[in-house]
Amino acid sequence: MTHNNWNGFNSGKWQDEINVRDFIQTNYIEYRGDSSFLSGPTKRTNNLMKKVQDLFAEERKKGGVLDVDTETVSSLTSYKPGYIDKENELIVGLQTDAPLKRGVNPFGGMRMAKQACEAYGYKLSDKVTEGFRFRTTHNDGVFRAYTDEMRKARKCHVITGLPDAYGRGRIIGDYRRVALYGVDKLIEEKKKDKNALSTVDFDVDKVRLNEELFQQIAFLGYLKEMAAMYGYDISEPAKDAREAIQWTYFAYLAAIKEQNGAAMSLGRVSTFFDIYIERDLKAGILTEESAQELIDDFVIKLRVARHLRTPEYNELFGGDPMWITEAVGGMGEDNRSLCTKSSFRILNTLYTLGSSPEPNLTILWSTSLPEGFKNFCAKVSIDTDSIQYENDDVMRPIYGDDYAIACCVSAMKVGKQMQFFGARCNLAKLLLIAINGGYDTTSGMHIGPQMEVMDTEKLDFDEVMERLDVYIAWLSNLYVNTMNVIHYMHDKYAYEKIQMALHDTSVDRFMAFGIAGLSVVADSLSAIKYATVRPIKDENGFIADFETEGSFPKYGNDDDRVDLIAKDMAHKVITELRKTPTYRNAIHTLSVLTITSNVMYGKNTGATPDGRKAHSPFAPGANPLHNREENGALASLNSVAKISYDDCRDGISNTFSITPQALGKTDSDRVNNLVNILDGYFKQNAHHININVLNRETLMDAYENPEKYPNLTIRVSGYAVNFNKLSREQQKEVISRTFHEVM
Amino acid sequence: MTNIKGFVNSIQTLGTLDGPGVRFVVFMQGCNLRCGCCHNPETWEMSGGTQYFPEEILNKVLRFKSYFGQDGGITLSGGEPLLQAEFAKELFVLCHNSGINTCIDTSGSLLSDDVKELLKHTDRVLLDIKYTDDDLYKEHAGCSLSRPLEFLKYVNEINIPVTLRQVIIPSLNDNEENILKLAEIYKTHSCIDSFELLPFKKLCSTKYEKYGLEFKFKDLPQPDENMMKKLNGFLIDKIKN
Repeated sequence: MTHNNWNGFNSGKWQDEINVRDFIQTNYIEYRGDSSFLSGPTKRTNNLMKKVQDLFAEERKKGGVLDVDTETVSSLTSYKPGYIDKENELIVGLQTDAPLKRGVNPFGGMRMAKQACEAYGYKLSDKVTEGFRFRTTHNDGVFRAYTDEMRKARKCHVITGLPDAYGRGRIIGDYRRVALYGVDKLIEEKKKDKNALSTVDFDVDKVRLNEELFQQIAFLGYLKEMAAMYGYDISEPAKDAREAIQWTYFAYLAAIKEQNGAAMSLGRVSTFFDIYIERDLKAGILTEESAQELIDDFVIKLRVARHLRTPEYNELFGGDPMWITEAVGGMGEDNRSLCTKSSFRILNTLYTLGSSPEPNLTILWSTSLPEGFKNFCAKVSIDTDSIQYENDDVMRPIYGDDYAIACCVSAMKVGKQMQFFGARCNLAKLLLIAINGGYDTTSGMHIGPQMEVMDTEKLDFDEVMERLDVYIAWLSNLYVNTMNVIHYMHDKYAYEKIQMALHDTSVDRFMAFGIAGLSVVADSLSAIKYATVRPIKDENGFIADFETEGSFPKYGNDDDRVDLIAKDMAHKVITELRKTPTYRNAIHTLSVLTITSNVMYGKNTGATPDGRKAHSPFAPGANPLHNREENGALASLNSVAKISYDDCRDGISNTFSITPQALGKTDSDRVNNLVNILDGYFKQNAHHININVLNRETLMDAYENPEKYPNLTIRVSGYAVNFNKLSREQQKEVISRTFHEVM
Repeated sequence: MTNIKGFVNSIQTLGTLDGPGVRFVVFMQGCNLRCGCCHNPETWEMSGGTQYFPEEILNKVLRFKSYFGQDGGITLSGGEPLLQAEFAKELFVLCHNSGINTCIDTSGSLLSDDVKELLKHTDRVLLDIKYTDDDLYKEHAGCSLSRPLEFLKYVNEINIPVTLRQVIIPSLNDNEENILKLAEIYKTHSCIDSFELLPFKKLCSTKYEKYGLEFKFKDLPQPDENMMKKLNGFLIDKIKN
């Protein structure tokens, strides 16, 4: 098949099948130079960004939400077209009819939609409430099928953050397909897939798939309608760079109009765009300045994306994250890097538009990346604290060279794999429940297998481990079953129609479990093994505190005695999870990631044998606990690098904060040293790292004088946040984290 | 194999200020000087610290080799690493066998046969000339300036690259006369290829309190940024001309 709008592209398999990867591989031009070619922002961009900054200021002033449309249910075509500044936008499309005005999305759950409106002084209209009166939401469905034990596990916070009241997210549509093929071709292919089902026996899976395909096709139609409202016909392939970006953005926009999933990630678009930009540059349609301008305008749209959440949600996750994650860089299977000039251009938006948590720019790092690109990434990190790094050398062998990152650290092949998101369980709390024989001192609930409270003067490592194993097995089984309920119901009542339309019809599914409190458990078990831990009982005979005497190895010092405890814990949990079958035969995966909820997990957990006080925060993700590192930064990285990616295929998050002074004497020393640190860490098969280069004093000042730092961005755990959008507690926790500094 | 153990005060796995690139810095225990500006007073005494065989330190260093890139490696600092030259030499031989760049951060106030042996296996010397005036050196460091100069002469003969360092302490060496002398030292030793003027800092005063030691310079001010810039510029200027 051929198309006029493909003129100038190299031919390949991509013309005969839906295959964006093949299009990229046959057409992209690797760039191995440095950043000196980049352009700054144009006057138009500056003016537009000024308008956006003013809107952000107004939004902050109004307590975080500028406006809510309470009359309309969010969907692809339910709002009139919206603009920031119609005449001056190169890429158009907003979620509602005005910038930063939030839509209501009750499909995941009515209660959350109502509460979110009320929290910001709005009331969900009777029209919307009435419309959903006889409609089952995802949330309704889940709670119909939750067992008593599932409810209890949720209530006592041993499993939390479950996507049972709003969209599950973490699904990435291959939004590029719309630009490359146009919507008509995609509809045609889906119809072929649907027709092919007429030749097979209809079991539950096939009936469901058949209905899903019906919905996918319908929503591809709505996607066209939505674009038409903005004056664009996207039936056919995009003919130039601006259209390619616009078509891709429309597809993404449709997804965030339809779904309010926690993480609505973008995928891997910059090198795809680069092919169109190169073609236009060659044809003289674009200059470097106008190419940057297109990327800038696209990124501005991503920066104004919003979902309506409850304040509790924002408190948990820190601000208003959408996890619009864009994966940049990485190597190809043919050993060319996937770095193009547009990989630089998208990073350059952190200069042209200023630093920002969104989009969540994620470097797929390989030690083989071109030096010019590595250096630019390091410079951007040092200047903006806005990007994260994930190890392409461990992911590429598993996911190939056209995967992207959903949310923070979840890898998946674009358009071919999706995940069922499952938040995390609290391992530190589980340890306390095990020691207390099935009693949670924080909530006062009995849960899990019931046995005697451990009755010893001094905790014995083997006895504790034996107990913990029993409880891990119990929780793992419960966790998988809970997830099965959630995702059955989400498919049934809040299926991602447009996002799944932008996947192959036959997809691989992951079921992504998570653990919080890994470093607390590792240090606690190390204390029990190497020091003397005496349990202290409360008046009811439950163990509520510990007296720990003597020293013990602590996670974060490259000491195998404790690091391997952490590694084994992750292995144990995933091994147990795998024993319970999953909904739709999803592949079990595990993450060590807390985002900013490490504060909340800590709050809900009593004192632990490692000496951590009751209710005090955990370390984020797979980080060592604050200030337990005694041998400097690299020892800490080495400890985290030991957690196996094979056990934790959904990602292992590490957040690293260092002062500029500790990174080197001069700017170029700092860049070189950071590149070497990243290379060294990833050579050990570590998975992820957030880099912050800043002084603690800056954060302390921002804590006291937020107005001085409206755009202070810092990386937390798998994503970046605006420091001012964190709760006071989270801000304090971030300030108390280990800063690697000059002694 | 050797039976010499080194007395180690502490280890910093990410050192970026003591030698080129990313470095594994070992702070040795024990020092023969008692500088008023010292920021590691906990390393003064030979006793204390943890004892390690050279192989044990090597095994630790190897855990960080992946971070070193082209320039990084190990730096022995302290305390005074030359006091444990025999141990340091054994360690550096092992490091060189494993392709690890070696560096010492020293006052250069010792030059024994063991030190000469150590220097054979040293890739760079960070030489802290504390004062360029013999009286000041004697008063505030505790030995004669001739000793580091003799050390430097030897290093120059065997041609090991040297980074010349000095801590700038207001009222003692923040003057042009001192900088002129430093420039003279720089120009007359071809082994010196770089210099660093470091501002005197009092962050370490809590350590003095913790160890019950007297911080002699606790009342001296820290140099401001402009002063540092000025002296730096002056030194560059004098080295060029």
